[in-house]
Amino acid sequence: MINNNKIYSFFVNFLLVSLIVACVVPFWLLFAGSITSEDYLIQHGYSLFPKEFSFSAYSYLWAAKDSIGRAYLMSILISGIGVMANIVLTVLFAYPLAHKDLPGRGAISFFLFFTMLFNGGLVPTYMVYTNIINVKDTLAGMIVPYLLMNAFFVIIMRTYFTTNIPGEVLEAAKIDGAGEVQSLLKIVLPMSKPIIATIALMTLITYWNNWTNGIYFLTTKTDLYGIQNYLNDVMNKAAFLQSHANGMINAKSIPNISVRMAIAVIAVLPLLIAYPFFQKYFVKGITLGSVKG
Amino acid sequence: MKKMTKTSKTWEMTPSVRSYQQIRRRRRFLRFLPLYLMLLPGAAYLIINNYLPMAGLIIAFKKIDYSLGIFKSPWVGLSNFKYLFSNNDALIAIRNTILYNLGFILFGNALAIVVAIALDSARNKYFKQVSQVVFLIPFLLSTVIVSYIALAFLSPSNGFLNNSILPLLGIDDPIKWYNQSKYWPVILNIVFLWMSFGYSSILYYSSVIGIDKTYYEAAVVDGASIWQQIRYITLPGLKPTIITLMLLAVGRICYSDFGLFYLIPQHSGLLYSTTQTIDTFVYRALLELNDVGRSSAAGFLQSIVGFILVFGANWLVTKLDKESALF
Repeated sequence: MINNNKIYSFFVNFLLVSLIVACVVPFWLLFAGSITSEDYLIQHGYSLFPKEFSFSAYSYLWAAKDSIGRAYLMSILISGIGVMANIVLTVLFAYPLAHKDLPGRGAISFFLFFTMLFNGGLVPTYMVYTNIINVKDTLAGMIVPYLLMNAFFVIIMRTYFTTNIPGEVLEAAKIDGAGEVQSLLKIVLPMSKPIIATIALMTLITYWNNWTNGIYFLTTKTDLYGIQNYLNDVMNKAAFLQSHANGMINAKSIPNISVRMAIAVIAVLPLLIAYPFFQKYFVKGITLGSVKG
Repeated sequence: MKKMTKTSKTWEMTPSVRSYQQIRRRRRFLRFLPLYLMLLPGAAYLIINNYLPMAGLIIAFKKIDYSLGIFKSPWVGLSNFKYLFSNNDALIAIRNTILYNLGFILFGNALAIVVAIALDSARNKYFKQVSQVVFLIPFLLSTVIVSYIALAFLSPSNGFLNNSILPLLGIDDPIKWYNQSKYWPVILNIVFLWMSFGYSSILYYSSVIGIDKTYYEAAVVDGASIWQQIRYITLPGLKPTIITLMLLAVGRICYSDFGLFYLIPQHSGLLYSTTQTIDTFVYRALLELNDVGRSSAAGFLQSIVGFILVFGANWLVTKLDKESALF
């Protein structure tokens, strides 16, 4: 596009600026809500420029750091194990498929690819993970179902191996007596750092943001909740309290309005702080294998 | 490789040749053995996570008795399906899923194309980059966080809309957003666009910058206006991407983002007529009502129709633009 039209430029800039505002303002509202005094919130609601500040929400969180910190640690643990296991499984599946002469390669590729076209859906998956392999109320319930391996990433990684690692290098290694395991560890992996970093990042975000496995598979063991399920739980309890004002849940155990926003702020903050640093890989990750990417 | 094996079959098979071939086959197998072993963990996972549930789809035709297990429970024919359609709930969920997806496809793509062209037209490089970075932030968030943000806007007593925006518009009575289903088609479309426009605009943008710059130069020399450049160069250049993304989205028309429809409306039962989709229906029937029959029947329909559509859409994409298809 060659743009030398001032009016058009004005509209373009106006559109982009308003979209930036639309992306940022909701966060500001969240943050402003967390530092507004409770009385002001009750009287005037959330506002972009609150007139009465209070950091009591954050001091409350500091007092409750055990339960929130625990959820945080669980999220880190789940994401850490999940990402590592995912990368190992993906590399191990992609590497053999990168061998064009592997007997049965077509059938194995189809076996992998078919999982992207067809799936059993929630009910049978739930049955498998609760009746055949029981992951209910275990840490594995947060890590294993749905997320451990992604056929799409395996295909991306296989394509990366076949296009970016010269056959001559592998051939030379073979002549020098390297087995497949050695070739994979000593040659292929060091040459595949960019793609591994990208896939690890996308998987990390998926695990960090996942809350569905928590509501499917953790029904009684809420102490295994990660930060997302913790947040969701707080929201549900507060909603329950509102609809059953004289209910059985002790009102004191439910954080008030500003505290809820403060927890949400704390849950997104690390991601937002780290975002500018991994932004490049993130963009690469979402355009991976996309249309003409 | 293939040619060699084909010709080798026409050889006369003397016993010594046969044993020689056996040895070769064995050596070949040994050579590939480490590779097959590497495939094992992933294959095991795919069997557990994907193939067993596919086989498990048969529970839609069974009455599940947990003491007997999935495969020994008695067959009941189509009775789960009859039961599923005995009232309107499932039909409403199916209708909502399809209508929302059509809205998302239409508005989502339109907005993404406009934003992609705007990004391409902006002249300040730094501004361009900042826009892209900021646009992706909503996509980075979990749906749980988005539901908190939605609540900050929509909460009937403390919400930003009821307290700050509606009075500006001269509406003094607060609206109970979570009680009235008529607002939700608009709200969910906005939330969807907010969460996803960054992602889809970047997909389109990567395709816009792939268009050969010399077309625009030639057009400008010929006196083309901005609109003419968009109309006759950019949009035709985007056509394969538009068709591909739309087809892939149509292929997924039976599926919905569970979190968007489950968390954002705060599971409010009053809103089911406009917020229930197949995914939330299946989840609620299975885990909240413990009704395996209906949920498995609905899930079965979703899987089978979904498969046909995904397969068909991909097949069409292959015909139109081979490189963008999944297969």
